[in-house]
Amino acid sequence: MTAKLRAFGAFWYDFIIGDDWRVALGVALAFVAAFAVGRWTTVPTWWIVPAAVAVLLPMSIRRATSPAR
Amino acid sequence: MSDTALFVAVFLACIVEAVEALTIVLAAGTARDWRSALTGVLAGLVTLTVIIAALGPAISSIPMGGLRLFVGGILLVFGLQWLRKAILRASGHKALHDEAQIYQTELAMAEQATTTRRGSVADWYAFTLSFKGVVLEGLEVAFIALTFGSNQHNIPLAAIAAASAVLLVTALGLALKAPLAGVPENSMKFVVGIMLTSFGVFWGAEGAGVSWPGSDAALLVLIPAIGLYALVLVALFRRDAPVRNPSVPARTVEKVAAS
Repeated sequence: MTAKLRAFGAFWYDFIIGDDWRVALGVALAFVAAFAVGRWTTVPTWWIVPAAVAVLLPMSIRRATSPAR
Repeated sequence: MSDTALFVAVFLACIVEAVEALTIVLAAGTARDWRSALTGVLAGLVTLTVIIAALGPAISSIPMGGLRLFVGGILLVFGLQWLRKAILRASGHKALHDEAQIYQTELAMAEQATTTRRGSVADWYAFTLSFKGVVLEGLEVAFIALTFGSNQHNIPLAAIAAASAVLLVTALGLALKAPLAGVPENSMKFVVGIMLTSFGVFWGAEGAGVSWPGSDAALLVLIPAIGLYALVLVALFRRDAPVRNPSVPARTVEKVAAS
């Protein structure tokens, strides 16, 4: 039973989060940052999520192509 | 603009996944037993329908701000996964999808497995191979169609896009009775990755309270900008690629199921 639950959880983790959990975490942090900056400052926030994507994507590809993997 | 993008993104994503599912079902039917394989397809489609019927109303009931954040987050994480793999393939770091070769691998594996009867299913291996193929390949498309459709308040259009893609691939598969190796899957995945990422950025940021300059017109800048950035990354990572277009099967359903 535990093994089945673990397999079920692993399937959904792999399905939603995928190969690189850091990307999902980075996306979540970018949303939090956009919300926080917009809520407590007058600085425009539209650039925060695109900037996060511009950093997260090459970092994830670099990890995937790294010989250490 | 958004309705067209909704249709194109769901249609392309669905074509890609349907082509992959077709390869698996063809292998199961050809090497084993067509009746069991088609029963597996039917069971898979019923399972997907139940999942969509359960998730659809749940997603639609989320308030608009939360929906955009949730949908944007899911689309962005999915989009980055698709784009990452597409860039790895295009730059030579990951094997390109080759349906003909995947079909041969699946066929060889299916021919070696022993035949077991369970209930009214004559060949359990053919049944489970087809079932897993349809459910695993269809689940992501179901999520994409549901999230895109609910955010655009147009789930019927997403359903039409998905259904037309499945019907097109099924008709071509029945006509050719062979895997659709000619479909430019790798390029289509690249385009879907760009669209999912762009809409994920747009809606997710809106859900987090961002006001986009130019409102919806910002998408007209985001989509080409992310596409261009992805092409730049392909060029950069191609420089240290170990092998160009390696001809190793990128996927079998067993690998997918095991992951």
